[in-house]
Amino acid sequence: MVEHRPLSDFIAYAILTLGVLIVAFPVWLAFVASTHDAATVVGGRMPAMPGTDALENYYRAVFVGGSRTSREPVANMLINSFVSAIGIAVGKIIISILSAYAVVYFRFPFRKTAFWIIFITLMLPVEVRIYPTYKVVADLRMLDTYAGLILPLIASATGTLLFRQFFMTVPDELLEASRIDGAGPFRFFWDTLLPLSVTTIAALFVIQFIYGWNQYLWPLLITTKDSMQTIVIGIKKMLVTTDELAEWQLAMATTVLAMLPPVAVVIFMQRLFVRGLVQTEK
Amino acid sequence: MEKITVFNNRLLPYLLLLPQLVITVIFFYWPASQAVWQSFLREDAFGLVSEFVGLENYQTLFAQPEYYRSMLTTVIFSTLVAALSLSIALLFATQADKNLKAAGGYKTLMIWPYAVAPAVAGVLWFFMFQPSLGMLSRPLRGMGVDWNPLLNANHAMILVVLASVWKQISYNFLFFLAGLQSIPRSVIEASAIDGARPMRRFWTIVFPLLSPTTFFLLVVNVVYVFFDTFGIIDAVTAGGPAGATTTMVYKVYADGRLGGDLGGSAAQSVILMIIVIALTAIQFRYVERKVQY
Repeated sequence: MVEHRPLSDFIAYAILTLGVLIVAFPVWLAFVASTHDAATVVGGRMPAMPGTDALENYYRAVFVGGSRTSREPVANMLINSFVSAIGIAVGKIIISILSAYAVVYFRFPFRKTAFWIIFITLMLPVEVRIYPTYKVVADLRMLDTYAGLILPLIASATGTLLFRQFFMTVPDELLEASRIDGAGPFRFFWDTLLPLSVTTIAALFVIQFIYGWNQYLWPLLITTKDSMQTIVIGIKKMLVTTDELAEWQLAMATTVLAMLPPVAVVIFMQRLFVRGLVQTEK
Repeated sequence: MEKITVFNNRLLPYLLLLPQLVITVIFFYWPASQAVWQSFLREDAFGLVSEFVGLENYQTLFAQPEYYRSMLTTVIFSTLVAALSLSIALLFATQADKNLKAAGGYKTLMIWPYAVAPAVAGVLWFFMFQPSLGMLSRPLRGMGVDWNPLLNANHAMILVVLASVWKQISYNFLFFLAGLQSIPRSVIEASAIDGARPMRRFWTIVFPLLSPTTFFLLVVNVVYVFFDTFGIIDAVTAGGPAGATTTMVYKVYADGRLGGDLGGSAAQSVILMIIVIALTAIQFRYVERKVQY
């Protein structure tokens, strides 16, 4: 700001600190609940500080599973979540970098058409076509498979648009130089374009990993076996008993585990995250 | 904008496009066209025979009071979430835009809820406000509020809105902060020299210059409320009590799955697609304007 007044700074610190505390409060409560025994949590008089049952709760959640609900250990759900999130991120990056390369660096009939076919998918989020997509996946016998969890979510225009935008900023001279050196399309892609795209790829990976990890509606529909559940679905299933019988301390331990990977990605790769977020929205 | 130097291969570009096009056609165009087609069909209870019924599904849909109710719920829900999350995020962003020493730290602490899954956000807030064991339900009762989101429609709506706002503040904060930081200091200094106090500077200089960001965020927030809040609603209220938090997207899901009314569900999908296309068109018109600006 222009003038520097201590009072204004003080107000800013107060508001921001309050904001940060409000933002963190629900997560703190979940963490605290995951460290107490069932009776303390269900009693409704849970203390505001962590208890002593953390080890036992997390051990039971990760390796044993709830006794009343699905009995599926969280370790398994974590593997499913990692496989599908990484599959979605990597799959999206591969198919969209290839299609963007084709659209930008080649001239061929129906180039514009191909671009529009991809572009229009921006307007069809999975939520508006869930049952027909479910039927397609069922007909292809991909229910309860990783392919079924991943493939319908990787075809989207955002990645292609992002890479197209980036390729446009790559100087033409680079391609001319490579061609003089005798490089073909594969060589140029591998030796020149790919190394230049590393930051863009990483930024897209961060955003898509979070997107894939946090999927809810789609895995809910197409996973019928408990062994294929992702962790986000698993939490919901632990609470389906909705009343006091639900094992809240285990559900909260699972909730904390479900938040850790994507939150860690945002905090430790903040630069890439912000970059990816701003660029994919353009 | 086009590249001047390109490769001349005939077949290669098609091969490069093939994976994306195949997946797009199988998982986007085929299901979307099925949705449109199904919306004109009526299936019998076993899904064996289907009959072309023209616009009957749409007529039935628009004769349902529940459908208008889900529209109204969606409007109320999106207005509340967009208004609250935008204004709170703007307040935080303006404070973080002051030259504070710890501004970077606050930014990190403010943006991480973006990474929390909507369904998980719903579970967190439900846990705080669950009528019998929620930490915050007891004080509310102490104040004489008969708090019960499982039975009271307004309480359920408040809870879903709170969880959605909590989740969305981080995103809005990030974009508002970027918008604020791109406003040239010289403009603000000039108005300060003219004697404008901070509040006046904000409303006459900063806020109007921020309007492209605000408008962009408004569209994104409406899309967010339409689609991404599905997980929050399903985790907190499952559309209840008695349909009080059933938004249009939730109704597509509930009618198709629980009611088995695929034709009606498909008709709703088609209406939603039209709404999304309209929203996206608005967003892209705005993007073009931003380029000029």
